[in-house]
Amino acid sequence: MSLTSAIRDRDVAQLPSRRDEDWRWTDLRGLIRILPQPSPPFAGDPGAGVFDPLATQVVTLANGRGEAVIYVPAGETAWVALRILSQGDGAHAARVSITLADGARLHLFETYEGEGGYVAQTSLALTLGEGAGVERIVLAADSAGGVSISQAEVTLSPKSEFAQTVLTCGGRRQRIETRVAHPGGHASLRLDGVYLLADKAHADLTTVVTHAGVDGLTEQLTKGVVRDQARGVFQGRIVVREGADRTDAKMGHHALILSDRAEVDAKPELEIYADDVACAHGNTVGALDEDAMFYARQRGMPEADARALLTEAFVGQVIDRIDHNEARDLVRGWAAERLRP
Amino acid sequence: MLKVTNLHAEVDGKEILKGLSLEVPAGEVHAIMGPNGAGKSTLSYVLTGRDGYEVTGGTATLDGEDLLALAPDVRAARGVFLSFQYPLEIPGVPALTFIRTALNAQRRARGEAEITAPAFLKLAREKAQALKIDFDMLKRALNVGFSGGEKKRMEILQMAMLSPRFLILDETDSGLDIDALRIVSDGVNALRGPDRAMLVITHYQRLLDYIKPDRVHVLAGGRIVASGGPELAHELEANGYERYEQAA
Repeated sequence: MSLTSAIRDRDVAQLPSRRDEDWRWTDLRGLIRILPQPSPPFAGDPGAGVFDPLATQVVTLANGRGEAVIYVPAGETAWVALRILSQGDGAHAARVSITLADGARLHLFETYEGEGGYVAQTSLALTLGEGAGVERIVLAADSAGGVSISQAEVTLSPKSEFAQTVLTCGGRRQRIETRVAHPGGHASLRLDGVYLLADKAHADLTTVVTHAGVDGLTEQLTKGVVRDQARGVFQGRIVVREGADRTDAKMGHHALILSDRAEVDAKPELEIYADDVACAHGNTVGALDEDAMFYARQRGMPEADARALLTEAFVGQVIDRIDHNEARDLVRGWAAERLRP
Repeated sequence: MLKVTNLHAEVDGKEILKGLSLEVPAGEVHAIMGPNGAGKSTLSYVLTGRDGYEVTGGTATLDGEDLLALAPDVRAARGVFLSFQYPLEIPGVPALTFIRTALNAQRRARGEAEITAPAFLKLAREKAQALKIDFDMLKRALNVGFSGGEKKRMEILQMAMLSPRFLILDETDSGLDIDALRIVSDGVNALRGPDRAMLVITHYQRLLDYIKPDRVHVLAGGRIVASGGPELAHELEANGYERYEQAA
């Protein structure tokens, strides 16, 4: 059951459906009646990407075409802008393979840019050698009519560091999934996310972290702002296997719902089979604080400005955790654009 | 300046203001004193337009303009400022950002140009110094983790920077020690002027030793039941509100 094989075989029966526990809020089987024809080659010039100025290498995958094998040798640092473009109403799948040798570092600036009513699937495999470090920043701007599923498999090594911040404004149906094999051994993981959804957008941020060894660290903070008839989904699972002692894992998910018809579905899960662990999770879904809104308005801010200021501050606490200075500013601007009137 | 006539207002269907009338001319400071539950905070929220405070009768005008018809932010742009009894904590928004956003919104609403960043910072430094506020504190999220006294000082700082024309101080003395009370009062007194008016809402006479009112009104049972000069505050301090509560 996967979108990749469904696209390949043009077989809707292979699509994940609400009967699959992991997909019950992001049902593709019920949405897609007929899988479209394979996408034609990308037409025209996509222009420059937002992260291009920060990157030493730009890798573009357009309508599933293009090669994306990235290797960072031991001890080196790379800045890569990875652009995943979708255009038109066809279906396509893309694969990305990223490998870091021991001690290598990568700043990965990943964007999803879409136009049309496509069905797109992207598989990423990221493998980090010992002591390697990745900061992955994802800006997902799929089109309102697009279906987009991104699935990353991350394999850490001892003493490696993987930090991720995903920002999305959703799509017709969109899921950004990250699965991490965490060996412990003082490897550290940060998995953050922000969803800013309006109209009928749907975004699903799903993460699964499996701690298999002692001394692993995981920190997770996801925040969402949902208005109109949009729907945000957060599924976060942290598994601590037997023997993965001294695992330290924290998970937080907090969402603001700004209209009666918007929806947030959240499923934080901690599955702990080890004895000596420190795990915590917090989950809140609520409205914007009316008292704070009145306070800001009393000082002169019109309602829309006050709401923008407070919601920007709310998600700003996630954006602040981005290490790369220029990328952080850029991401903050991207979020502000989607929250301001 | 402010003219309130026969104002009636409800909260959750319960009438709190029951025909309140009050006039505060430009250049004057009026104190409103009264027992708990008399409607003091309700008056401040009705004048500033908070949701949930429903006006069922009467009028309130500022320089002849119907205040009650205006949105809260428009009232602010017209110069109405409320110093909150319990200032809100705004996580993630540095005090400077909050104040600059508010100031520029007011300026836009009045058709004025936005303040430049250097001019704003200069103004902020100047006012913070006068209120003995460490400038670095203005870079922190507004009121988050601030003590009660710091929050009140931050209210007065906002007031000084926004430079309103009609100031409402709601229990500004609560939570202040004597030193902080003096600093805050100096800040308020610095704003006194012929073009401004103030309404000082307080439960105790203490604040009025520092911010000397021209007139004192007693609010009880949702109406002004007595008005007089500054001596009225001393009389209340000595004899309490009991006889006014009975009158109401």
